[in-house]
Amino acid sequence: MSDSISSDEVKHVAHLARLRLTSEELVTFTDQLRAVLDHAKDVEALELDDVEPMSHPLPIENTMRKDIPNPMLKPSDFLPQAPAVEGGRFLVPKILGEEE
Amino acid sequence: MNSVTPEQYQSASEIADLVATREISALEILERHLNKIEEHEKDVHAFNLVTINEARAAAKETDKLISEGENVGPLAGVPVAIKDNLCTKGIPTTASSKILEGWNPPYDATVVRKLKEAGATIVGKTNLDEFAMGSSTENSAFGPTRNPHDLTCVPGGSSGGSAAAVAAGFAPIAIGSDTGGSIRQPAALCGVVGVKPTYGGVSRYGLLAFASSLDQVGPFATSVKDAAIVHEVIGGYDPLDSTSIKQAPNSFVNEIDQGVKKLKVGIISELMGGIDGITQEVIDQTNIAVSTLSNAGAQVEEVSLPAALYCLSAYYLIAPAEASSNLSRYDGVRYGLRVDGANLQEMNVNTRTEGFGDEVKRRIMLGTYALSAGYYDAYYGKALKVRRLLAENFAELYKDYDVLLSPTSPCTAFKLGAKVDDPMTMYVNDVCTIPSNLVGHPAMSIPFGSGKDGMPIGVQILAPPMKESVMYQVAHTLEKASQ
Amino acid sequence: MNQEIFKDNWELIVGLEVHVELATKTKLFCGCLNQFGSEPNTNVCPVCLGLPGSLPVVNETAVYYAMQLGRALRCSVNRSVFARKNYFYPDMPKDYQISQYDMPTNLNGYLELPTGEAIGIERAHIEEDTGKTTHIGTSGRISGSDYSLVDYNRAGIPLIEIVSEPEIRTIEQAKAYVSELRNIILALGISDAKMEEGSIRVDANVSVRENGEDNLRTRCEIKNVNSLKSLGRAIEYEANRHISLYENGESPKQETRHWDEDAGRTRSGRSKEDAEDYRYFTEPDLVPLNPSKETIAKIDQEMPELPSERRGKLADLNGVKSSDMTLLVERDHDAFALDAIKGGGEPEKVVKHLVNNLSSGLGALTPEALAQLVQMENKSEITSTQAKKVLGELVQRGGMPANLATELGFEVVGLNDLEKLVDQLINEHSDEWERFCSGDTKVQGFFVGQVMKSTSGQADGKIINQILNERATSE
Repeated sequence: MSDSISSDEVKHVAHLARLRLTSEELVTFTDQLRAVLDHAKDVEALELDDVEPMSHPLPIENTMRKDIPNPMLKPSDFLPQAPAVEGGRFLVPKILGEEE
Repeated sequence: MNSVTPEQYQSASEIADLVATREISALEILERHLNKIEEHEKDVHAFNLVTINEARAAAKETDKLISEGENVGPLAGVPVAIKDNLCTKGIPTTASSKILEGWNPPYDATVVRKLKEAGATIVGKTNLDEFAMGSSTENSAFGPTRNPHDLTCVPGGSSGGSAAAVAAGFAPIAIGSDTGGSIRQPAALCGVVGVKPTYGGVSRYGLLAFASSLDQVGPFATSVKDAAIVHEVIGGYDPLDSTSIKQAPNSFVNEIDQGVKKLKVGIISELMGGIDGITQEVIDQTNIAVSTLSNAGAQVEEVSLPAALYCLSAYYLIAPAEASSNLSRYDGVRYGLRVDGANLQEMNVNTRTEGFGDEVKRRIMLGTYALSAGYYDAYYGKALKVRRLLAENFAELYKDYDVLLSPTSPCTAFKLGAKVDDPMTMYVNDVCTIPSNLVGHPAMSIPFGSGKDGMPIGVQILAPPMKESVMYQVAHTLEKASQ
Repeated sequence: MNQEIFKDNWELIVGLEVHVELATKTKLFCGCLNQFGSEPNTNVCPVCLGLPGSLPVVNETAVYYAMQLGRALRCSVNRSVFARKNYFYPDMPKDYQISQYDMPTNLNGYLELPTGEAIGIERAHIEEDTGKTTHIGTSGRISGSDYSLVDYNRAGIPLIEIVSEPEIRTIEQAKAYVSELRNIILALGISDAKMEEGSIRVDANVSVRENGEDNLRTRCEIKNVNSLKSLGRAIEYEANRHISLYENGESPKQETRHWDEDAGRTRSGRSKEDAEDYRYFTEPDLVPLNPSKETIAKIDQEMPELPSERRGKLADLNGVKSSDMTLLVERDHDAFALDAIKGGGEPEKVVKHLVNNLSSGLGALTPEALAQLVQMENKSEITSTQAKKVLGELVQRGGMPANLATELGFEVVGLNDLEKLVDQLINEHSDEWERFCSGDTKVQGFFVGQVMKSTSGQADGKIINQILNERATSE
């Protein structure tokens, strides 16, 4: 693969992750991320087509629960700590909407 | 050396005995520890919050129950410090982040509930690298913790506060979390015992997730036996955690004295000199540990774990990837910090930009990149395959060997500020501990000697999944020898 | 035969994504109540609020229901793995949704429409529902709102998403697909599937292509369709929109659009950026599901009679139209019909009564009673007008038609008596009779009316006409 990560790509992932970077941070973070990804080139270079990926360390399957109610929270358990509430619901600023 | 460690440590099991038999009250024990905290906490900064009132109330309750003839549990009246990424109902849980400053969970983590049920007295929430991301506790939003052995040095991380609390005598036991070495490495740097259980052996319910397939909760203590006692208390199947093992091993203390005769111990050669930054004194101490085991009757040989060389890279792709998703929920909508914006998206961005520190942002971006369209296969996908290879390497070795040995940390505690400028330099601290997290195997660090500057050195014992008993036996043997 | 040709030369291509809320007692990943209409944020817990430290544990009944639906749709039931779908939106407490991605529970089935076509089912997977966001401002739509309010009662409710292949070719097929899917779900008892309540939601993927073209063109996803009628309107609007664009030398952008019921049009959806990168990866907090062969066999054994099988039983009967079969099954009257037919009622008449006269319900009516009623009609013991009245009484109070007819004084005048009456009238009204015989059909009503008058309406009009025609032709 080419140069591991560009500053445009860093900008893009920052946006995906809902983070804003100053222009200085963009430079610094790009360098730092590049250093990690360069180091990770050793993994990238490995030929592992025949190896199965391992998402879980344990070979467990079928852990489920019965369809039985458990105790729930009351609104007073969490609404008082919410940043903004109206009528028992969480209030958020307007969501950018549809185009016409 | 600027040290605030006590002359002698009191063991948790001793305290529990004294309290249960009413020779000392839980309250008295607590007050002694609160005094120590009062004396040196300002130097160490192990805690984000010392919960004085709650602790006194709990200790009094313990004493009351004991006076009524109740069996309070194996940790009766024992003070315990809890890493501030574990939910404690009614007590702020911040993950040492601005984004959760002052957040009060409406529930207890399973581990916290079990400790309370065992009679322990929670004395406070300890400092950590923000969201458990770091190896020095310098990434905390509330200032670093200092190593009680030398206050100009780091305690290690991310569970630096918990390790320091035990090392400073603030509490005989503490709880931490370990994703890439965050219990074991600070244990080594602070000269205490630190254990990472088999993945799934201790519930993660109530642990603020960093990397879900790697995180485990575990104990810090001043002795192997104490660590084993705490492990027994906090371990076991939890129906609230789908990754929890149904037949989790739960009996370590009884067999701890078995010794090491006939055990086969493998020394991981790749971690004994082939890696960046490993110091000679660490290698020397590890070799002494090897001889000790040999003299005690174990068969000791060098072994190879080839996949170990790729672990750092694999970890720094897998962990940030999972973290980037786990930390998405901190968006200013339901709890924690909100920094307003003209619209929702701006509010999200403002909140997260102000609320997260640099290391967290770095890892979120790294993880987002590793998962993103076009890069998944080359990075995250590949890393998951390295993990499989590593598991196969380990499985091969464990056919012939009972436990493996390595240094815990490549070096002793470094000076505050020494490694903050270059993330890669900091990441290399985890090279010995990461392999166990990737495959979900148990591992622990015990203090074993010190470096020329007098700073503690830790030796790491690795065991196959669910074989903590053997791990504790080996540790106990080494501990006895080093006393 | 199934093409709907828009504007002469264009073919319609539709794929449907249907989300069904499962009627479990509790949510998919926690023990909160799965309950509609509660006060906001009262059916929640750390898990479905996405509080820090919470973990999901999957509901075994939801999984069972999902497998049942998969087998009813002839899918293969597979080892499955949950995955995270990552994106930021306030109705998602974790800012990721736990769903299934490349290893879903059900794959590769089909849905048989009442008209016989099989629409391929690509997959049917399990995922969690989001909370509900209400936009406060001028229009209740996102654009123009000042702020939004979020309720998480719905967050974590189990959903099954059924994705069809793009094999639907007409609007009628699209509606029939949704109806039939709904009927199957109701037969299984896994959801109440009410479009108006949102327990079944339909998104349509619409594209067009020129008649005879092989490849698929750009498609748009249409959301916010709340009824079958809207579905039809939305598909039609969108297809025409595409055609207009193509005919103007342009082409539609691949995007999500919202159906505006009031304005009767679709509008471009919300993301101004490129298609969202969901960064799917295996959910580390959950383990794979691997159902045993025994479990799947049990599901197959316990499978209730599905609508297609029920229709099949009626299909063999003479004179029963396929639209009638569908209607009977939909109303749950098919077993009743079969019983009435077994009891001696002629199939065509039995079905006709059920379809036309019993849409509001069967009440106290029994299959035996309906069978007897139809027999009486066929033997001309009762006129069709009278039969309807008797039927009404049977629904109200039960009993048997013969008794009720007598009670109501419905005695049909017998054939002999009718013939005598007609002959008498012909004698008395020879002028009118001559006019009738020479082809003046208007006079027919006069004769029928006269017969009705003398019999106080207890004569079967059809038979009167029969007799008149016989007399006329024998002249």
